[in-house]
Amino acid sequence: MALVEIRDVYKSFARDAEKVEVFTGLTMDIEKGSFTALMGPSGSGKSTLLNLVAGLDKPTSGKVSVNGQVVSAMSPAQLANWRAEHVGFVFQSFNLLPVLTAYQNVELPLLLTRLSKRERDERIKLALEVVGLSDRMGHYPRQLSGGQEQRVSIARAIVADPTLVLLDEPTGQLDAKSSQEVLTLLGRLNDEFGKTILIVTHDPQAAARAKKTLHLEKGEFVEQAGAAR
Amino acid sequence: MKFFSLLKANLFRSRKRTFLTIASVALALFLFASLRTVVTTIAAAAQFGSARRLVVTNSTGFVLPLPVAYANRLEAMEGIGTVTWANWFGGKYGDNKRFFGQFAVDPESYLAMYPEMSVPADQKEAFFRDRSGALIGKRLLDVFGWKVGQSITLQGTIFPGDWTFTISGVYTPTDAVINDDMMLFHWEYLDEKIGRPGIAGWYIFEIDRPEDAARISKAVDDQFRSSPAPTKTGTEQAFNASFATMWGNISLLMNTIGMAVVFAILLVTANAMMMSARERTREIAVLKTIGFSDRRLFTLVMAEAGLVTMIGAVLGLGGAKLLYKGTNFNAAGFLPGFDVTTSTLLIGSGIALALMLASGIAPALRAARLPVVTALRSVE
Repeated sequence: MALVEIRDVYKSFARDAEKVEVFTGLTMDIEKGSFTALMGPSGSGKSTLLNLVAGLDKPTSGKVSVNGQVVSAMSPAQLANWRAEHVGFVFQSFNLLPVLTAYQNVELPLLLTRLSKRERDERIKLALEVVGLSDRMGHYPRQLSGGQEQRVSIARAIVADPTLVLLDEPTGQLDAKSSQEVLTLLGRLNDEFGKTILIVTHDPQAAARAKKTLHLEKGEFVEQAGAAR
Repeated sequence: MKFFSLLKANLFRSRKRTFLTIASVALALFLFASLRTVVTTIAAAAQFGSARRLVVTNSTGFVLPLPVAYANRLEAMEGIGTVTWANWFGGKYGDNKRFFGQFAVDPESYLAMYPEMSVPADQKEAFFRDRSGALIGKRLLDVFGWKVGQSITLQGTIFPGDWTFTISGVYTPTDAVINDDMMLFHWEYLDEKIGRPGIAGWYIFEIDRPEDAARISKAVDDQFRSSPAPTKTGTEQAFNASFATMWGNISLLMNTIGMAVVFAILLVTANAMMMSARERTREIAVLKTIGFSDRRLFTLVMAEAGLVTMIGAVLGLGGAKLLYKGTNFNAAGFLPGFDVTTSTLLIGSGIALALMLASGIAPALRAARLPVVTALRSVE
């Protein structure tokens, strides 16, 4: 059984008086431990698909399941708990809280757990070590470079050991060097820590790092290619 | 407690705004407590008075005098115990920047009438013995830095000339509504210096049974009805209340204007707090993505509003309580010592709670109901 199962999903939006159909019966699977890149032009439905998998949005009809749990049928309160436990999300614009240090930003998902302060501290330090920012724990986002901010954001996404790590254009605001660092880090998370990663990207280099690339156009997969890695 | 760091970080996001918001809440509640304390102090002063003490004034108005000879006739009446009398002196001391009341009294009978004025026995004796002696309220002594035994000179306004007194002793009120900002001196001294006209400003006498007050008051007024100075007799409480009614409209004015000012400040404060929460739309969406539930975000925003109002309330209400208690403020002697009452503190806390709800609920609901995808899309 796949980790993520998307079955016959329809999703539409109302834009002014017009109804925009994003997905009309989309079906797909994401295997546990996979590293999948989702590519496609703007408006193809990449981010919408990511939001559906993250439980941030609900399909108009159809079913989204993760690890056997039907995410699309959960209440908002259930979804919040489920996200806290199973999803690590990385945004294009980092979205760190500016008033918190790197350490405190990474701690946020752990505040929703029953872990003690000492356990939280261990996890935060480990996550920051994994992303190579042990020496920047006390820095505020404004004191970090874009690449460092994104790595803190990744630390925040993995600190609670989620089932899925979802990334929406994680290299979209980074220079080439920082992009490479982030992509290398994602590769390590997948290879060494077995994290299941789904990344939405326009960047062919980022997609090349994934083990599987899916191309979306107008809400449908037009091509599937296994990566050579 | 583990969310406190998040709460603190949000409060310190804009230190200046948080400080000003807390200061606004504190100021509004300080104003509220002060204005209400004026009202409660006036009300307390109006209620002061023994049910066994009756006051006799000239029926035309209490500023007109009565013959001092009425004292013997009052003492002779059935049901009347101790009788005393007093005159308003109205003198000025120094540059007259600090007003205080001076009363010419019959020392023995006056202090016997007011056991609420505590005077050390030796000082009381000294006061009785010295015809130019004066008894000074504790606060007044402190204000001017006077000492027992010192001579002070007042300039008479109603009774012109320089009037020199020797401070014989100090009285301390045992009841908070007794003014500790007065000066008492011998009525004989006044009477002698102004040519013995034999006038008293008002009489105070004691009755055995409070339930006889109406009957005895009528008997007194009947006795002097046909005299050149007819009287008006009533309980001490009614006498004090008549002064309070003079403040009545001021109380209403203070209440109305004060509450309007407080309300205006609170609206500004609520607006600042709502703006602060609105600026964090993106962060709230991010927290939701991480897994913060609607209820938790609602609680966090409310807690933030609660913390700001609580700190403001403690500073404003606690500050008023400590300030008036510590300085023994009494509006330059016009009112008994200010004390912020428990009911004022409770109402003030209620206002703070209402402010917390008014300023917190809207942003808290907004945070809880924020559609995360829409919010993220608008900022991504």
